[in-house]
Amino acid sequence: MNIDSIKNGYVIDHIQAGKSLEIYKYLNLGELDTQVAIIKNARSKKSGKKDIIKIDEHTDINLDILGYIDPNITVNKIIDGKIVEKYHPKLPKELINIIKCKNPRCITSVEKDLIHICELTDEKKGIYRCKYCEEQVN
Amino acid sequence: MKHLIDIKDLSTQEIDELILIAKDIMNNKDKYLKKCDTKKLATLFYEPSTRTRLSFEAAMLELGGNVLGFSSANSSSASKGESLSDTIRVVGGYADIIALRHPKEGAAMVAASKSEVPIINAGDGGHSHPTQTLTDLLTIKCEKGRLDNLTIGVCGDLKFGRTVHSLITAMSRYKKIKFVLISPKELKTPEYIKENVLKKNNIEFIETNDIEEYLSDLDILYMTRVQKERFFNEDDYVRLKDYYILNKEKLEKGKEDLCIMHPLPRVNEIAVDVDDDKRACYFKQAKYGKYIRMALILRLLEIE
Repeated sequence: MNIDSIKNGYVIDHIQAGKSLEIYKYLNLGELDTQVAIIKNARSKKSGKKDIIKIDEHTDINLDILGYIDPNITVNKIIDGKIVEKYHPKLPKELINIIKCKNPRCITSVEKDLIHICELTDEKKGIYRCKYCEEQVN
Repeated sequence: MKHLIDIKDLSTQEIDELILIAKDIMNNKDKYLKKCDTKKLATLFYEPSTRTRLSFEAAMLELGGNVLGFSSANSSSASKGESLSDTIRVVGGYADIIALRHPKEGAAMVAASKSEVPIINAGDGGHSHPTQTLTDLLTIKCEKGRLDNLTIGVCGDLKFGRTVHSLITAMSRYKKIKFVLISPKELKTPEYIKENVLKKNNIEFIETNDIEEYLSDLDILYMTRVQKERFFNEDDYVRLKDYYILNKEKLEKGKEDLCIMHPLPRVNEIAVDVDDDKRACYFKQAKYGKYIRMALILRLLEIE
């Protein structure tokens, strides 16, 4: 199967096989008016198979969330057909509407239309806490 | 300072300033009688609390201001399904400052994000109760003359007890503080308080379930009630509610100048025979609460 290489944009590589649709949803890629390719079960030397997402444009989407979803993901930034930057996204300081606080005593359990905000409180352990009640959410 | 949501919102310098104002109020009551004579405080209490509400109301009245509000969710528009955000927006049109007590954790933060007038968190579930902590700090300052170099025993429900969490957080910013954390194993201090507050600030602490073991080392013994409303299981509450009872006999081991504190209301955890002991500070502590709230209202309303 052939998928064109991209000239300017991002290649999100080393996604755990089967996780690409979840990432597509988290990044709201469905709202982009550009070419997006999802490659499932691509061959991988490291893990046997992997998923890849290609975005054919430099958009201002925030890719930090990838660090929370899977720290093994690699983001390749492509300009003029060349990889100019390759990195593992770091854990984002804040997760907005990604995780819902499950604490039944939290105000988010009763107040309608609140934005769910979780803050990274322990970078080493990757612990996030609800901004409102400070309960650990992951 | 626009709102007071959590004790962490205040620097030690701001706390010192509030304590100074509170002490000045205590010494010069007449000077403050009309400071808030055109101002209104709304006390929005979605769960019962006689002491905190009356303390806020007394504070505003002693400053010459007026108070309005409700004392339970049933007597508010919440019973008709109104959101907290909407209530706050509406009440902001009637009052100059709002004291909010709500059973849900984080409620005050939500209120502050929607409010055009200052919000004071008067307790948000088991989460935070900063004016109680300010009360505790004023009490310690007045009774011990310092906020550093103290060994503080906290006893009772250290798991759900928000006053304890806030006190530990606030005191961990001062020098030479040691904590003795006294609780049954089911109600131990949460890991995140130990990790993110005590260990992070290099505060020495000991955990024990024996109230007498370290009593002779303490400068302050802070007793707390096991709160029924924090338990989902009534059996657990019944089993743990009388785990600690401080009485005159146990206190014999305590220092001469030990300061016994309690956020009140007490149930059985301090026997009545302790009340006459000169080391019992909990009723004075309740009175200090009014003065620190007066100081806070003045600061938030930017009244000199």
